[in-house]
Amino acid sequence: MTMTHAANEVVLKMPVGIAGFDQIADGGIPKGRTTLLAGTAGSGKTIFALQFLVNGIQQFNENGVIVTFEESPDDLARNVESLGWDIRRYVAEGRVAMVDASPEPGETVCEAGPYDLTALLARIEHAVSKVKASRVILDSVGAIFPQFADSNVVRRELHRVVSGMRHLGVTSLITIERVHEYGEIARFGVEEFVADNVIILRNPLEQEKRRRTIEILKFRGTTHQKGEYPFTIDPTTGVTIIPLSAIELKQKSSNIRISSGNADFDKMCGGGLFRDSIILVSGATGTGKTLMVSHFMKAGIEAGHRVILFAFEENREQLVRNATSWGVDFESAEQQGLLRIICRYPETMGLEDHLIQIQREIDRFRPVAIAIDSLSALERVSTIKSFREFVIALTSFIKHREIAGMFTNTSTMLMGGETITETHISTITDSIVLLRYVELQGNMHRAITVLKMRGSWHDKQIREYMVTDSGMEIAGTFRGIGGILTGSITYTLGEEREYLERMFSAGA
Amino acid sequence: MKCVLRLYITGCSLASQHAVMNLRLLCQEELQNMCEIEIIDILENPEIAEQEKILATPTLVKRFPAPVRKVIGDLSQREKVLFGLGLDLRKPGRTYDSKPPGRVSEEDAGR
Repeated sequence: MTMTHAANEVVLKMPVGIAGFDQIADGGIPKGRTTLLAGTAGSGKTIFALQFLVNGIQQFNENGVIVTFEESPDDLARNVESLGWDIRRYVAEGRVAMVDASPEPGETVCEAGPYDLTALLARIEHAVSKVKASRVILDSVGAIFPQFADSNVVRRELHRVVSGMRHLGVTSLITIERVHEYGEIARFGVEEFVADNVIILRNPLEQEKRRRTIEILKFRGTTHQKGEYPFTIDPTTGVTIIPLSAIELKQKSSNIRISSGNADFDKMCGGGLFRDSIILVSGATGTGKTLMVSHFMKAGIEAGHRVILFAFEENREQLVRNATSWGVDFESAEQQGLLRIICRYPETMGLEDHLIQIQREIDRFRPVAIAIDSLSALERVSTIKSFREFVIALTSFIKHREIAGMFTNTSTMLMGGETITETHISTITDSIVLLRYVELQGNMHRAITVLKMRGSWHDKQIREYMVTDSGMEIAGTFRGIGGILTGSITYTLGEEREYLERMFSAGA
Repeated sequence: MKCVLRLYITGCSLASQHAVMNLRLLCQEELQNMCEIEIIDILENPEIAEQEKILATPTLVKRFPAPVRKVIGDLSQREKVLFGLGLDLRKPGRTYDSKPPGRVSEEDAGR
């Protein structure tokens, strides 16, 4: 391929049909070309490639060819049955053709003179014309190298296969193993013959947790998003990519307000929460976060809205019992179909999977408001980086659907200070409410303040509140003291003098 | 005992033509024509290549007597062909079946 030739061609894209991928790939993989999909063992190459093929059939009515170098066609079909992909049926229907290039167990091949892999190319061409395929996958070409003594010959011949496929006009994905997460692109120098388009799947171990990412390294002659994007392999949808840069800042803003479930707190917020905004309630254990969440849910239910409560700390029975004691009847709301309570232990799955589950529940139930109690419980099952990505993806998802969200955060310090959750998501959420313990003259008081609220006036004072049988009761402001939020209380001089005077006059 | 051999070639490529010639000579000179040879052009019959899982051409397959053996290349290295097929008739009683032949480099094949 000469440079002038390349310059004259316009590279079109073929959608892969994987959620999020076509977004970061600016439409899909280059059409009519070969793209290399490299990754370490277990990084999801085969699933990605097969999903490209299956989506072609299911979504775009395009047939495909599977060239398998590693697993036998039977094994391959069996391994993806759990994802609901019935490869055998597609083969029977003439929508998929298999080319079996997997090694025959126990077979020895002796080489006696020069040879080429024309037979392989002929078989691929035959399969493509048999089912009129537009998508071809080769999985995984690394397995062909040990079958032949001279890897130079194999490389040369694979190069011929790639240009042969280009002549056929098919769009292909070639998977190849790599040894290290960060290092040379692929084993056996495969990138030398398909250097135009490279996608890398990674699965590194970070703080004892696997974090899958996908990176489009290059697409010759066309655009794509840069950098690594987290993804997960979901048992029902397969590969699902969480695009971060592509989803930001497209949301519209709503002026409609909804109640937080507490009239006094609504006043502090200038009349309630915006219905497409996210509010973070941060406080130490026992400050009344779950209480606020329960009342927020109640307000939604009473307005006839559907709401979902995602609980990651308490189980269902506890939540229902506590809510009942605050005068909120969760059980009947559930029966009316206005509420869903979803309790999951954070440890049951990775954050990416939690995200997909939450998104799925929201799309199924179509709530007006959701609450997550607590976000910090999810923080402990992930690395800081993937937690941040999770929060970004989740907030933009619920904003897109114009849903109000109340997230809680348990701060580690009783009196003050800030937590990782706060630092990482404070810029993402629209409103932040702090609940703090204040120690005054030997008594524990509770303080509430609205730290910020985007697009609205809000009360800037630090108010005392009490947790009573009916819920949260917001009282007056703390006067004459400072440093509540940092946890180191200081009394202003005048007040102190007054206080001392009163103390002595009382004693006298 | 007749030996059944099948040779897979691709059209009239040079290596394929060499392989056909080399196989005929080998049958005459080493196997006293005690063999059946079938030649299949993969470009005309790709589905047979699919059934038999042929990747490289030329490929020579010994279908009988068992075990099935494959030799790839233009068959110019006669020793290796006989070795690979497990048919070394010049030394009666000696076969290589118990000891599978290792991979042979093609560096000296004069590419």
